[in-house]
Amino acid sequence: MIEEPVFSSERLVRMPTIGRPEPKAEVPALETAAVPSEHAEVVLEARRLNVFYGHFQALRNVSIEVPGRDITAIIGPSGCGKSTFIRCFNRMNDTIAGFRAEGQVLFQNQNIYERRIDVVEVRRRIGMVFQKPNPFPKSIYENVAFGPRINGYEGRLDEIVERALRRAALWDEVKDKIRQNAYALSGGQQQRLCIARALAIEPEVILMDEPCSALDPVATLKIEDLMRELARDYTIVIVTHNMQQAARVSDWTAVMMMSEDRAGECIEFAATNEIFTNPREKRTEDYITGRFG
Amino acid sequence: MGVMQPEITTGMSRIKPRRPLEARLRNTREAVVTGLLFLCAAVSVVTTAAIVLTLLGETVSFFQDVSPIEFFTGTKWTPLFTPAQYGVLPLLAGTLLIALFAAVFAVPIGLITAIYLSEYAPRWLRAIIKPVLEVIAGIPTVVLGFFALTFIAPEIVRPLFGTSQIFSALAASLAVGIMIIPLISSLSEDAMSAVPMGLREGAYALGATKYEVARRVVVPAALSGIIASFILAVSRAVGETMIVAIAAGGTPNLTWNPLEAVQTMTAYIVQVSLGDTPQGSLQFSTIFAVGMTLFVMTLAMNIVSQYLLHKFREVYE
Amino acid sequence: MTIAERTFRRRLFLRRCTALGFGIICIAATLLAIAVLGVLLAQVASKGLGRVSWDFINSFPSRNAEDAGIKAALWGTLWMMGITAIVAIPVGLGAAIYLEEYAPRNWLTGAIQVNISNLAGVPSVVYGLLGLAVFVRAMQLERSVLAGALTMALLVLPIIIIAAQESLRAVPNSIREAAYAVGASRTQMVFHHVVPTALPGVLTGVILALSRAIGETAPLITIGALLFVPFTPHSPLDKFTVLPIQIFNWTSRPQEAFQQNAAAGIIVLLAVLLTMNSIAIFLRNRFQANARG
Repeated sequence: MIEEPVFSSERLVRMPTIGRPEPKAEVPALETAAVPSEHAEVVLEARRLNVFYGHFQALRNVSIEVPGRDITAIIGPSGCGKSTFIRCFNRMNDTIAGFRAEGQVLFQNQNIYERRIDVVEVRRRIGMVFQKPNPFPKSIYENVAFGPRINGYEGRLDEIVERALRRAALWDEVKDKIRQNAYALSGGQQQRLCIARALAIEPEVILMDEPCSALDPVATLKIEDLMRELARDYTIVIVTHNMQQAARVSDWTAVMMMSEDRAGECIEFAATNEIFTNPREKRTEDYITGRFG
Repeated sequence: MGVMQPEITTGMSRIKPRRPLEARLRNTREAVVTGLLFLCAAVSVVTTAAIVLTLLGETVSFFQDVSPIEFFTGTKWTPLFTPAQYGVLPLLAGTLLIALFAAVFAVPIGLITAIYLSEYAPRWLRAIIKPVLEVIAGIPTVVLGFFALTFIAPEIVRPLFGTSQIFSALAASLAVGIMIIPLISSLSEDAMSAVPMGLREGAYALGATKYEVARRVVVPAALSGIIASFILAVSRAVGETMIVAIAAGGTPNLTWNPLEAVQTMTAYIVQVSLGDTPQGSLQFSTIFAVGMTLFVMTLAMNIVSQYLLHKFREVYE
Repeated sequence: MTIAERTFRRRLFLRRCTALGFGIICIAATLLAIAVLGVLLAQVASKGLGRVSWDFINSFPSRNAEDAGIKAALWGTLWMMGITAIVAIPVGLGAAIYLEEYAPRNWLTGAIQVNISNLAGVPSVVYGLLGLAVFVRAMQLERSVLAGALTMALLVLPIIIIAAQESLRAVPNSIREAAYAVGASRTQMVFHHVVPTALPGVLTGVILALSRAIGETAPLITIGALLFVPFTPHSPLDKFTVLPIQIFNWTSRPQEAFQQNAAAGIIVLLAVLLTMNSIAIFLRNRFQANARG
């Protein structure tokens, strides 16, 4: 596999293409817990990541490899640092006062916390969908067009907007009211709008922080279907407190737990069917079988 | 043995039922207190009624001697001279000129300061800047008038523009602008703080810079609150008296040139009050007609501003 | 590098520059506001500091600039403030209590609220005209301290009401419910529990309202407070003048000596205001500390 350099010209000016080459190959069944990098290209990686807010340590020595074009789920009881962890991938924690990260977060083998890395560029290529849908108080069109506009995409915005809304499975529902205010949509539609908004700038990774926890079950299922569609072209990392969702949707699962000093740790990371049928750690098994959390 | 029972009965008998008389006294007391408090609240209603009736009454009797058309369209205001002319436009122009230039000066500074406080400034810096702005807001207007006359006019306006006279609309409007900057700043900042953090995070996650988040997400989202603050500030500038009485001049002057001396509606009222005009005369009652005009203008602006704030709060609270 | 990549890189650079430039503008604007305050205080101090002395505080105004003092104005201010406080505080507090604790939530109450907000925005000269018509003429109080104080009381009433309402609103509902639960009537609940808890906030608001009243000039000129008053008031029906009017008088005279007097008067006025605001802040902090306990 040829490693592409991070900021090559192709990656920078890649215009949205209709399809993507090479749909994802089927992952063969695994007998033992496998390290992802042996079976797939690793796109995102956290290496011995420690996160502090002031003096408080929120994450300790978390190391996870996220394979490309798969869905990786991060599960664990509330307060164990899942959101903090996923927000490290697109440097959203930079906006919080007192935040300090030690260790490395690698995207395409580049540490994104290095000083010379431009955080704006990182966030364009690693998109995020939040727990509570947060569309801008503008029209649906303007919401989706926001990203391309500020990132200076030339070309026809109408096409980009339609393509993004189609990919987010929202186009048919809103194509007649695309200039209406986004707040008129239902919760599930707003979340899909946020996904479309993230897709419009053609990221390579989509981070999802509990995207369905504010939605009803019907909307949740729609978004899970959407995730599986998107995983053919994008790398997806999803934080969820819903274990059934993780089992349904993801290819790989990382289990996080809070240690005694309230720092979060990743206690196990393997293929999803391994985690849910044959976990190695006792704490994982306890959590999955509902003995706590 | 026999000791136990009296204890039980005495305990129970301590909780006596309230007698009807006591209940009625308490209800009366409640009613009286409620009534007194209502009267206190009614004072505000009475005040408004009194303002409206007083101004209206005097204005109506004024308009029996002077035609409203002359008042509202005449371009000369010389009620104290002969022949007396009663066109309010020079005073109106003076008021608007000063309010306009004050707004031109204060709105950008106030808004940008608000954006800085809301989006950029670290907490320790906010804790310094906000009290400073409150102090500026608390400065009595005579002090600002003194500052306009003794510093702004000679040290800033005269060197920059080469005018020879002391009084000018520009000097006064700069001081009025200083007065309203804290108002714009604090109200706009309140509006921007009400915008939920989730919107900002959504924009940051799309790769926006802090400036882009402020300009394309926060300010548009807070816009009605921000505009309400502008209108309120202009209303304050229109109603301002002492700064203009000290620094803007004492002669009505219909002009758009800010370097000239002008007289505002408020300054005219003060001028007449200080003078010797007999209290029942037509000349004296001009201050009520002018006052009525002033009141209607500021009331209209305040109502629009309240409406905008109400609409804004509906979305975010 | 392709042309498109150069455009994109330049755009990123441009965006970065714009962001930085705007940050600088922000700091400059804020510093300007602060610098203005500094310049103002420096200028007043330079003109007036030399003139402030015990003689100055204890002399009456005179045509001779060197002999003039602010005794009459200072005492006039104190008299006026005293009567204003006596009138405005009970009425304002009563109105706030009524609106927050007793009034039913109907259109009448809403109308009263809107009315109070509007009154807060009425220009102070208009209050002067009101006072002239009602207190000076109709009630025939002439140009007395009482007429001035009543006018100022009407002026500060909306401010006190709004501040008191906010303090009352800040009292947690649990206190009200606890009082009701032990059988207190509404009056007992309000006056024995809610008001004492809200009192620090109310006090702060009152002091701030009164310090606003001290600096007001226009309404008092309109009701006929005099410019040149060589005596202190001995009864509420005496004629009077106040500090801001005295300052106004001196400012309007061209001679430099009178300008210095004006500056000295300003220093005294600002000193009074500073004292009052400091007391307000001290009380607020002290009571907040007590409440946190």
